[in-house]
Amino acid sequence: MTYKDCIIEIKGLHTQFGDHIVHRDINLCVYYGEVLSLVGGSGSGKTTLLRQILGLEEPTLGTVKTFGCARNECNYEQSKSLRNRSGVLFQNGALFSALTVFDNIALPLRELHTLDESFIRDLVMLKLDMVAISAQHANKMPADLSGGMVKRVALARALALDPELLFLDEPTAGLDPHLSQSFVQLIKTLRTEMKLTIVMITHDLDILVALSDRIAVLAEEQVAAIGNLQEISNLHHPFIDSFFMGKKHDETIQ
Amino acid sequence: MLTDANNQKPTTASYRISNHNESTCLILTGDYTLVSLERQIHLLTTELVPYVKDSKINWDLTEVRHIDATGIVLLRKIWNGKRPEYLSLRPEQEKIFERLGKIPAPPTTAPRDHLWPIIAMGKPSLLLWQHLTGIVILIGQLFLDVIFLIKHPSHIPWREISANLYRTGAQALIITALVGFLIGIVLSYLSSEQLQMFGADIFIINILGISIIRELGPMLAAILVAGRSGSSMTAQLGVMRVTEELDALKVMGISHSQRLVLPKVIGLGIAMPLLVLWTSAIALIGGMLAAEIQLGLSYQYFLSALPDAVPIANLWLGLGKGVVSGMTIALIACHFGLRIKPNTESLGKGTTRSVVTAITVVIIIDAIFAIVFSDIGIM
Repeated sequence: MTYKDCIIEIKGLHTQFGDHIVHRDINLCVYYGEVLSLVGGSGSGKTTLLRQILGLEEPTLGTVKTFGCARNECNYEQSKSLRNRSGVLFQNGALFSALTVFDNIALPLRELHTLDESFIRDLVMLKLDMVAISAQHANKMPADLSGGMVKRVALARALALDPELLFLDEPTAGLDPHLSQSFVQLIKTLRTEMKLTIVMITHDLDILVALSDRIAVLAEEQVAAIGNLQEISNLHHPFIDSFFMGKKHDETIQ
Repeated sequence: MLTDANNQKPTTASYRISNHNESTCLILTGDYTLVSLERQIHLLTTELVPYVKDSKINWDLTEVRHIDATGIVLLRKIWNGKRPEYLSLRPEQEKIFERLGKIPAPPTTAPRDHLWPIIAMGKPSLLLWQHLTGIVILIGQLFLDVIFLIKHPSHIPWREISANLYRTGAQALIITALVGFLIGIVLSYLSSEQLQMFGADIFIINILGISIIRELGPMLAAILVAGRSGSSMTAQLGVMRVTEELDALKVMGISHSQRLVLPKVIGLGIAMPLLVLWTSAIALIGGMLAAEIQLGLSYQYFLSALPDAVPIANLWLGLGKGVVSGMTIALIACHFGLRIKPNTESLGKGTTRSVVTAITVVIIIDAIFAIVFSDIGIM
């Protein structure tokens, strides 16, 4: 695999909340077409970093460029296309509780103001089918869904615009093993068909191993290590040891 | 795996015709993805549709760089749902077509019931009944709680009561004072102009005293508090429902009515008469100021004539209204707050209904007071 360009480029990023330093000089490049997993202990700033990449928070210092353009320097057209080309799966789904499942997925499509309703209907039903939600659930409200279904509908919404860049925050938390297996399968299928770049936060070792091309370990306010699974697991770092030791314990049980 | 940044820029979807060996080939090129199709979807559809009639034509998709669900839905629309006889695909495109080949039908919405006018009328009446029984149940529960707390005084939620007293009482002082003062001035100014015409200047004290102490003070305070504290109580309980805090309290065995509802009802029951007193006093000061400016009535005279003009019963009546309306507002706010379902829509609806109901009920209570005590406090 050879990569040349960064789809996301983070340079000299510092984050500080009051006296508490979260990130110290983080430099990170996410290449086109790869799956990058962010791992780290609780409070290591994974979610903050993701929110900064999404433009929901401003770093104290440094720049974050997505598709070659920093969020606050983009003009209207650029930032619109940037948002249309990326999808986000939030940790708790963040479905609009006032809209039905169908309307939740149709919303980003309708916001384009170029597709007609029959087109949108077909696309929504395709996306629902993709995440294995049957048509009978389409008219339900998010409050009537189970946790796993909320997650899958949220994924369908994140995929509604067929994004090139997908952000996943704890994608398999709250899914049963079978569903998280089919989730992995779905992402794998999508990657073969589409040019898909994924940035993922996860604690789930199975999906980490199954999907990641590279893993970035956030510890002690910095990117402690970055590389593929083999490289990372050979490193000696207190966090990495404890993180992957758990896996070895699991394997001994089996 | 993709490599080059230039390769990443979406290119527009396009097509060309090539004729060789007597067969016509329609070669689609570029990206058939949502990003690239967005602007030209209608144009492309109208341009491509005529080619469908020609069943001999070969649809060649092998030069399409990327295709996604949008592209496939578009092509299926153009083809009228049928796959053309001659279609060249790359193997991975074949897979996508296979996977996205079947579009599940959207669920049909249930047809409208023939009895809908009856249902449309019946539902609100049933809802009203539900609310009435709900409030009666809540009041009953509060009585049981009071009896329990009398037997177990150590369980009385003093902290919550005090917090509610501060939030609904002390923090409402400024707004009630401002509104009361302005209303006092306006009322006094308008009445004194009328009274001057009849030379009955002196009765301004009776008019202001009776109307403010008996009616306006209690009503102003109650309506302001219903809007201010009622909405916040409903929203607070509603958010606690959304964040599952209410459930957490329940599994810990902490009673909602005892720890959340009762302190609010008691707190507002105490704060409200005090606010009524405060609003009436400030409104009278406003009226007194305007009377001095308009009629030249001195403050000393105003204050000394007030007790003779207004029987003390009016003050008790006003305070009584305060207690009843305060407790009612808290009760209604809590009733609606506890009924909120865990979604944003319900939260908004519940808060609106709570405030509207509270204000309506406060006015109804005022009317009941006016009828029941019609011969008390008026000379």
